[in-house]
Amino acid sequence: MANDVAILGVGMHPWGKWGRNFVEYGVAAARAALRDAGIEWRDVQFVAGADTIRNGYPGFIAGATFAQALGFTGAPVASSYGACASGAQAIDVARARILAGLCDVALVVGADAAPKGFFAPTGGDRPDDPDWLRFRLLGATNPIYFGLYARRRMEAYGATELDFANVKLKNSRHGYTNPNARYKKLFTLEEVLESALVSDPLRLLMICATSDGGAALVLSSMDYARRHSRNAVRIAGVSTVTPRYPNTLIEMPNFATDSAAVVSPPDVGFRDSIARAAYEQAGVGPEDVDLAEVYDLSSALELDWYENIGLCKPGEAERLLRDGDTTIGGRVPVNPSGGLACFGEAVPAQAIAQVCELTWQLRGEAGERQVAGAKLGVTANQGLFGHGSSVVVKR
Amino acid sequence: MAQAAQKTRVPAIEGWFRMDAAAPCLIGSRCLSCGSLFFPKEAAFCRNPDCSGSEFEPVELSRRGKLWSFTDNRYPPPAPYVAPDPFEPYAIAAVELAAERMVVLGQVVRGVGTERLRAGMEMELVLDTLYSDDAHEYVIWKWKPVAA
Repeated sequence: MANDVAILGVGMHPWGKWGRNFVEYGVAAARAALRDAGIEWRDVQFVAGADTIRNGYPGFIAGATFAQALGFTGAPVASSYGACASGAQAIDVARARILAGLCDVALVVGADAAPKGFFAPTGGDRPDDPDWLRFRLLGATNPIYFGLYARRRMEAYGATELDFANVKLKNSRHGYTNPNARYKKLFTLEEVLESALVSDPLRLLMICATSDGGAALVLSSMDYARRHSRNAVRIAGVSTVTPRYPNTLIEMPNFATDSAAVVSPPDVGFRDSIARAAYEQAGVGPEDVDLAEVYDLSSALELDWYENIGLCKPGEAERLLRDGDTTIGGRVPVNPSGGLACFGEAVPAQAIAQVCELTWQLRGEAGERQVAGAKLGVTANQGLFGHGSSVVVKR
Repeated sequence: MAQAAQKTRVPAIEGWFRMDAAAPCLIGSRCLSCGSLFFPKEAAFCRNPDCSGSEFEPVELSRRGKLWSFTDNRYPPPAPYVAPDPFEPYAIAAVELAAERMVVLGQVVRGVGTERLRAGMEMELVLDTLYSDDAHEYVIWKWKPVAA
């Protein structure tokens, strides 16, 4: 396809709580991706960094930070922030440069060093910032929003605490041998169901942790990939859509949904529109998907994504899970990497890490967690303040 | 002998709700060009993509709605939330206002835990204390089941 770009190389720094500077994780991931691509740093013509907002100024200008750490070569840079969707934004910027013919090969890097515990808003007294106000006036942490979605599934579709626990168990079975995962542990049902209730109905082991980690991609034009005689996996679609007004689902960090009293809601809701835009670019549909990496910020949220990316109709996600369809070996495995359940979230690296996993899967290099015969995968993710993120990767 | 001074009740945020304990309500805004409603209120620009309105009037939102979903905080949220010590868990509700076709979050009144909540329940807006200091009691809106 004319709009494809090649994934020449992928690399990650393992997720964890390493207590080091985020730049180290980004550089390690970048060097791994360059090695995997078989090119030198000096061959890179463009650097796209995904920003972190919790690591001072170097985090706000991540593209330049990583380029300087690798050694400034004069290559142009861009730095993107889209909350949890920052990685997809960086991928999209690099892809656009390549497709516009402005460069042949680009490096995409995201890395984070995350604080322990609840994410809190950035400091100061800022009563005009909804992200500050939601903590101040409601105490609405991120798990509060996850809890609302989880309880809604229970009330509307009959999801159970056991379903949520089983998502966690599935992902821990998928990911416990993943060398880049933080939690290399096979959790038991008892451990999950006996872990502390954080935001009813979600327990500690159903909510993703915050992690350190880094991920990187070397992207190139299809011509460049052919000249490097690499039969590369390719990116066929990148979605960075925003919601369409009025968005009728309560979203982080908002106090309320948009009102649909005057303007009718769009036919396709925001979350459903995210992967759809990537499918359309790639000329495929959900029926073509062999595997998916979705954002399991909570175990319950993974079930929402089954529906949002079109693997089933609304209300059918629990059946998909119970039937084993989304387990490796099933019809369409979801989060073969282990997902956020095994990684925890390293915000700007996560959407890039999803693409690393799909690349290994489509190359047949995923080892014990290999999805047999995978030809096409999709990622899905969402960043607060209206950032969609979805990438279609194909062989 | 010094007498304990009566604390002054002040809104935890100015202009978001009517400080009337008997009939409180949230205050949003309506775009004078297209009629779209917003909460929290917009004052400078209309978020309807087909409207460039810049003038708004205040609008009082419905005081009752149906519970869309709910959850709770079992652990103290981080600052800037002012959490009492010892911390007391509390529920948070998302309530759908029929006329406004809008879902609005709010804490649930003290003493009503998630075990007493069900989607579809009728909920009513009330005023309650968010936190206090030596001189002030900071007031916020909360949701309360009508049947409670």
